[in-house]
Amino acid sequence: MRRLKVFKSLVVDSMRVITHGSKNYHIWMGFLSFIMLIGMYCYSIQLDQGLSVTGMTDRVSWGLYISNFTFLVGVAAAAVMLVMPTYVLKDIDFKQAVLIGEGLAVAALIMCLAFVIADMGGPSVLWHMIPGIGVFNFPSSMLTWDVIVLNGYLFLNISIPFYILFRHYQGREAKHSVYLPGALISVFWAVGIHLVTAFLYQGLQARPFWNNALLGPRFLASAFAAGPALIILVLAIIRNSTAFKIEDKTIKKIAMVVTVAAQVNLIMLISELFKEFYAPTHHSESAYYLFFGLHGKSALIPWIWTAITLNVTATVILTFHKLRNNLRVLYFACVLLFIGIWIEKGFGLIVPGFIPGPYGKIAEYTPTLIEIGVTIGIWALGAFLFTILAKTAINIELGKLRYKGDN
Amino acid sequence: MSDKKWFSLNIGKEHKASSKCGCGNASGSCNSHDSGGNAGIGEERVKDGFEQVFEVKMDRRSAFRKLTASLMIGAGAVSTSCSMVAGDEAKEKAQIDWEEQFKGNYKLMTDDEKKATVDRLVRSYQLRTGKNIKMSSKDAQEGVLFGYAFNISKCQGYMDCVTACVKENNQDRNSQMEYIRIHEMKDGKGLDFGEADDNYYHEVPAEGHFYLGTQCFHCDNPPCVDVCPVQATWREDDGLVVVDYDWCVGCRYCMAACPYDGRRFNWSTPEVPEEEINKNQHYLGNRLRKKGVMEKCTFCVQRSRSGQNPACVEACPTGARIFGNLLDPNSTIRWVLENKKVFRLKEDLGTEPKFWYFMD
Ligand code: SF4
Repeated sequence: MRRLKVFKSLVVDSMRVITHGSKNYHIWMGFLSFIMLIGMYCYSIQLDQGLSVTGMTDRVSWGLYISNFTFLVGVAAAAVMLVMPTYVLKDIDFKQAVLIGEGLAVAALIMCLAFVIADMGGPSVLWHMIPGIGVFNFPSSMLTWDVIVLNGYLFLNISIPFYILFRHYQGREAKHSVYLPGALISVFWAVGIHLVTAFLYQGLQARPFWNNALLGPRFLASAFAAGPALIILVLAIIRNSTAFKIEDKTIKKIAMVVTVAAQVNLIMLISELFKEFYAPTHHSESAYYLFFGLHGKSALIPWIWTAITLNVTATVILTFHKLRNNLRVLYFACVLLFIGIWIEKGFGLIVPGFIPGPYGKIAEYTPTLIEIGVTIGIWALGAFLFTILAKTAINIELGKLRYKGDN
Repeated sequence: MSDKKWFSLNIGKEHKASSKCGCGNASGSCNSHDSGGNAGIGEERVKDGFEQVFEVKMDRRSAFRKLTASLMIGAGAVSTSCSMVAGDEAKEKAQIDWEEQFKGNYKLMTDDEKKATVDRLVRSYQLRTGKNIKMSSKDAQEGVLFGYAFNISKCQGYMDCVTACVKENNQDRNSQMEYIRIHEMKDGKGLDFGEADDNYYHEVPAEGHFYLGTQCFHCDNPPCVDVCPVQATWREDDGLVVVDYDWCVGCRYCMAACPYDGRRFNWSTPEVPEEEINKNQHYLGNRLRKKGVMEKCTFCVQRSRSGQNPACVEACPTGARIFGNLLDPNSTIRWVLENKKVFRLKEDLGTEPKFWYFMD
């Protein structure tokens, strides 16, 4: 009973917190709401007319939505890079970062689910996928695995921070024995969500571009680069705009993680390129299309070379201690890396899987404005959610948000 | 996968307790021999864990009925209050729509349930257009396994099969959806799909070219079936790979998994002019589809299960297309398989298509 009361008061208090703020805060939230409205409008058109309003066709049947989904799973998985040292290795440096990281994971997962739903032809019959009332083709279909791991991860990432914040809200310490097991599980779980998502593609013998054993590990490496890179940027913003204290040491430690992951990612890229281009087979055609174009069709070339340039530049910058330890340079490198991996793990991974088609047909894909509208709408949704979560968490951590006692 | 009865070479009498499945993968990673995958194939599949738990199918159904009923009351209240003239027909239509929205997966339905949904669909069409259609829910017959052979020497690229197929199967005219693709290949280049054109608009047969048709190959080990998250697509006992259009959620995973470009998606609401609708339909075949669902060639299940050839076979003026029962030793298809040098596309993928090519 008391818990319920506390919870109610927490909800009321956090409502107050998230509806009040500086002018910049209001502009930011207003801006996001506006974008979300655009996204909703675009989605309503798509619902009405069908997926034909997107650039997808029978030849390239997944596009921007699934690309973003894939990328965001990576961002979500990256929260673990902070969870592990903080909760398990008792490395206090990460303590403040971890709540932010988990908030980011929650926002990223909700975006993932939104992208999957946006991609569905029949959102009204989605209940067919709910175990129990629908038919859940487990364990045969990797998509059902993905549903399980993503929702499980979402649950973990909501419940752990919620428990901690709930305790702090009442001015008590969070008990290790309660949240440590959860944190440990989530470490393995994060690797799981990423591998399973990679297996979604890796398991298709029909698409040689994906059907490659390196796909899973490369997913992990790029995720552990892009995710923490985003966390660094977010921490930088929070540090500058709130009273929440994040030490340089924390950011520098996360930068270390980003650096190693980016280096491993590059090594795997080289290995992949070597395999595709040293002794090209029929199965290398997708890679040829991606990097050099095929039969005059070249839509992805500028994208992938931009991505590679960004990745390499960022990795080089990060590799030098001098540069990495300069925070401004570090932020810059993180931006480069994030964009680079977004292109590479999104567009650069999904679209070439379909080109050339099963019989060598080369049909290109360009997203339509409606598709782009829905996509930025979902990104805005993610940012909106994250802002709310982070603001509440920060206020609790700063002690501004406290349970006023039982009266 | 293991009992390739129709194949003259290793007429698989020995039912390999396979440690190795069709995909040639000895370890457990190919997914096709999970709990029930081996038996395979079709209805008799051992139910997986989830299904067993929830296989209280009747409960689920009756739960839905209850839900439906309560929603109906709500819907009824709304419709009566909104329009005074809401007649019996409107109510019946609403009722049908609700029941259709909340019905189960066709594959798991009992015969009665199958009949009920077919009746509803027929009635709903009648209510909407005033016209009658015939819809069948005929199951696979015992001792039948359908197979197809394509004579590359004979095909001249007329595409009569494509036209017949579109008409027979009520495909969307707007997007010009076609199940069959005819690839125009250059003589002397072998089977080079990269050089082939599957979208030609000139007089055929063109000098220096030969033609090869592709469509769904109705694999015996179909990758599309394994990946479907809701079992909306499956292999029937007579070998047909079918889709329950009302159960499909439109994720298009099966499309990505198909190595043969065999699947088509309804990107918008399919349109067929009323006078062109083929009214002789099958639930798993050519009945009208809606937007956002997958469809594909079914070897014209509405025809093949009643003893006819698929429309493409019948329409082909050159006799390049041969269809029949692989289990019948006297069928033409068996003769072709036993006497011609046949091959299949992308055999290395282990999909075991039931669609062979040969030359005179
Ligand atoms: S598109 Fe339909 S049939 Fe294909 S995998 Fe998805 S739900 Fe199954």
